Amino acid sequence: MSLDPATVRRIAKLARIHLDDDDELPRLQKELNTILGYVEQLAEVNVEGVMPLSGGMEIAMRMREDVVNDGGYPEKILANAPDRIGDFFAVPKVVE
Amino acid sequence: MSYTIEGATGPWELVIGLEVHAQIISKSKLFSGAATDFGAIENSQVSFIDAGFPGMLPVINRECVAQAVRTGLGLEAHINLVSRFDRKNYFYADLPQGYQISQYKHPIVGAGKIEIQLESGDVRTIGITRLHLEQDAGKSMHDQHASKSLVDLNRSGIALMEIVSEPDMRSPEEAGAYLRKLRTIVRYLGTCDGNMDEGSMRADVNVSVRKPGEAFRTRCEIKNVNSIRFVMQAVEAEARRQVGVWEAGGTVDQETRLFDPTRGETRSMRSKEDAHDYRYFPEPDLQPLVLDESWIEELKCSLPELPDQKYTRLMRDYGIPPYDAAILVMERSTADFYELVVRGRDGKLVSNWMLGDFFAGLNRTGRTIETSPVSANNFGYLLDLITDGTINGKIAKEILEIMIDTGEAPRAIVEARGLRQVTDTGAIDAAIAQVMEANADKVAEYRSGKEKLFGYFVGQVMKAMSGKGNPALVNEALKKKL
Repeated sequence: MSLDPATVRRIAKLARIHLDDDDELPRLQKELNTILGYVEQLAEVNVEGVMPLSGGMEIAMRMREDVVNDGGYPEKILANAPDRIGDFFAVPKVVE
Repeated sequence: MSYTIEGATGPWELVIGLEVHAQIISKSKLFSGAATDFGAIENSQVSFIDAGFPGMLPVINRECVAQAVRTGLGLEAHINLVSRFDRKNYFYADLPQGYQISQYKHPIVGAGKIEIQLESGDVRTIGITRLHLEQDAGKSMHDQHASKSLVDLNRSGIALMEIVSEPDMRSPEEAGAYLRKLRTIVRYLGTCDGNMDEGSMRADVNVSVRKPGEAFRTRCEIKNVNSIRFVMQAVEAEARRQVGVWEAGGTVDQETRLFDPTRGETRSMRSKEDAHDYRYFPEPDLQPLVLDESWIEELKCSLPELPDQKYTRLMRDYGIPPYDAAILVMERSTADFYELVVRGRDGKLVSNWMLGDFFAGLNRTGRTIETSPVSANNFGYLLDLITDGTINGKIAKEILEIMIDTGEAPRAIVEARGLRQVTDTGAIDAAIAQVMEANADKVAEYRSGKEKLFGYFVGQVMKAMSGKGNPALVNEALKKKL
């Protein structure tokens, strides 16, 4: 599998990353294809009849009880906000 | 008779499927310990997890899982003992993680069904495809500032159930009935408050049209419709639009649309062009969700009686007709009130008075059964006063009005206002004599064969007795005297 320039551009757009077409696009295309090629080597392993594994450990998810023990610190939540109005985050207007 | 839209080329059938997002009732969020109360001060119920801070790890809330299982059981659905979480990636200002943790290929609940009852009395079964758990996003406000959108993350991370139906509905009425029934079920179960005004239940509506007997044609998805009435309107508006497109020789594009209730039409949401490219992949921070069969059994045993079961039981136990039972079970609180009152009383008498004058009175004063000033006890005492002949039906209506306005007990109202029914034949005879004397001409007419006048006399006598005469005794005495 190998990505064409249009697909790379589309992935960048979905991730809101600006690409310089002359320089960055070919470089990223090459890097991404190298990664995909590396991962594709896994296809050589025969997994006939082997159950898919979701992680390195055979354990189920731990659950917590339904208690409120977090939140209540808007100042910390907003500490890194580029802009705020009152206790709201303020972002460039999204037009629907 | 099936519902169709008549086009220039003949009738068109509708095909409708619903995806309902129902906010789960829980104290804390799906993956964090922040609170979930509606209407809190902005960003006061946000943890570092909900705000997408780096390095934070989600831990699932057991109660949210239980709520999803309960809902699945209420939909008679298959519960998957192993389910998984995936990341659904998209970019938006109120999604701080840049992805929503959802369940894609392995949802917690599989196929189930809902029975809906239509106006015609017909019952239809609508298939449920699946129910999965996911996080809600934050809330953006676009109308508070000239050049900025404001973001509140209090909703971010609250647990949602996405309940997906099969494309089994064929008319706006069926879509409305399905949503109403689903809301009734989750309210009974206590898994979602079903409050569409506050956005705790919202629907995405999939609509397509076809000629009878055809396979499915392309569908459009109408996003975020927030009332049952709007769902029904949106279905019809969108179906009519699609019929127009096909009949003009065009093709319907699969796209996301918005319903505009003021104009009664749907329009394309171009901003969602890339919306379906979510690049799902397994959530690496969470292991599979594995459920214990005995826990599911426990949850099953603790389920309340569901609306369909209650409907059948009310008809059987209290001898009320299907129509009455259907209305009584729509809200659990209504059915509970009915059952408190009906104990030791006549089932039909109670449902008649409840669904008639009592509901009308509550509506008039903008109240519900939960905020009713009339207690179940007092409502029952009022009916007892009718049954034992203390008051007649007409006076009972007046008393009920007073009870709704003041919350007073019926017997106190009867005594204070002297509304006790007059069964004293002497008093009735006196009133009749007075009316006959004042209407000698009409008495003559009646006696010469104009029997229709009998009702007039009854009315006059009741009026002379301030409405308090016992109707049966008045009738009987009048017949004799005339």
